Amino acid sequence: MTARGRIVCITIVAEALLERRIVDDLARCGAQGWTAMVGHGHGPGHHGVSGFEGGNVRIETLVGPDTAKRIWAILEQEYFPRYAVTAWEYDASVARTSRYDGTAGGD
Amino acid sequence: MDGGATLDLALVNLTSPPLLAFVLGLVAAGLRADIRLPEAVYQATSMYLLLAIGIKGGVALRDTEASDVVGPIAITVVLGLVIPVAAFWLLRWWTRLDRVNRGAMAAHYGSTSLVTFTAALVFLEGAGIAFEGYVTTLLTVLEIPGIIVGLMLALGGAASNAGSRPHWGETLREVILGRSVLLLLGGLVLGWATGPVGYARIEPFFGGIFTGVLTLFLLEMGLLAGQQWRAVAQAGPGLVAFALVFPVMAGTLGVAAGLAVGMGVGGAMALGTLCASASYIAAPAATRLALPDANPGVTLLSSLGMTFPFNLIVGIPLYFAIAQFLSRWI
Repeated sequence: MTARGRIVCITIVAEALLERRIVDDLARCGAQGWTAMVGHGHGPGHHGVSGFEGGNVRIETLVGPDTAKRIWAILEQEYFPRYAVTAWEYDASVARTSRYDGTAGGD
Repeated sequence: MDGGATLDLALVNLTSPPLLAFVLGLVAAGLRADIRLPEAVYQATSMYLLLAIGIKGGVALRDTEASDVVGPIAITVVLGLVIPVAAFWLLRWWTRLDRVNRGAMAAHYGSTSLVTFTAALVFLEGAGIAFEGYVTTLLTVLEIPGIIVGLMLALGGAASNAGSRPHWGETLREVILGRSVLLLLGGLVLGWATGPVGYARIEPFFGGIFTGVLTLFLLEMGLLAGQQWRAVAQAGPGLVAFALVFPVMAGTLGVAAGLAVGMGVGGAMALGTLCASASYIAAPAATRLALPDANPGVTLLSSLGMTFPFNLIVGIPLYFAIAQFLSRWI
């Protein structure tokens, strides 16, 4: 059985038109990849703009703790004050930890 | 055409399938019924309309002399600069909106609504009134300048965006390479290149079922417009007045400008409708990216919730009547 390690999974739900900007910021913070899914829903910051233009996007990324700190900093500085964005994190148990925390040689 | 005939055309417009579908969507929104198109179908339908209008316009453009279109394009660029500035300043007197929100509104009203324009062409075609083949080119021309002017007005000296990174590159990319401009422009080039012979092969899809697809799309738009009405109580009389009066002012200006550069009644009415319409696809995305402090609830309520239904139901026959009236003098 492959050994597992601890890593942080950050999930961001935002207006779909922010997807490109968010994934660029994730990459700048050191994230090695992400998964994006479209969705719809309602939240406290709802203003209707994403109700008809692309809906919402849910972006998930697995990162090391240092990268997670950088991502939270940029979310708090650039996104939370201005956009309908929700984010949360939890610890995840993953195989091949080095693929996500930036210590892998690349594959 | 006398006043009675114009009234008849207005009634025909009111009972056309696309407009009735729009009203059905409004009713469904009032009843909170869930008849929304699946997201992928909505996006595909929107792309179909953009491409179909572009291709049809491109085919018609082949019959146009370059010298005939220079004046209308030049006047359209001027209108694209003047209308958002006028909207920005009028909103200052009519509403309590701050500079950023007035700029966002100016971007919406400076740009255009494809569906309003399409409904105007369907109105003209249904009434058998000729219009210049290059009007779709004017739609494409008018899409962009209003948004940029609106954003510049909002950002000029605004301190409210201090602290956030400017995203001009991303915003301009969204405006220029977004669905609206790329598909319209691409369709124009495609239609121009393929000509009537090539178009005949795709006409059953892009022409034959066009009004049916427009009907489906307007059902969705009615639902979305109706959903905005829930916020109308927060709008205030100034915003309501702007959403209903400014289109008539801008539409009359567009009609007069069209007639002044030699367009016929049908073409001038189409240009007037373009000037009267407010964007709800390209402009919301651009203003959301560039002006995150602007309240999209206000701009959408005004452009989609009030101006769009007004133009579809009252505006289109009104701009035609104005074009007929002004054509006696201009």
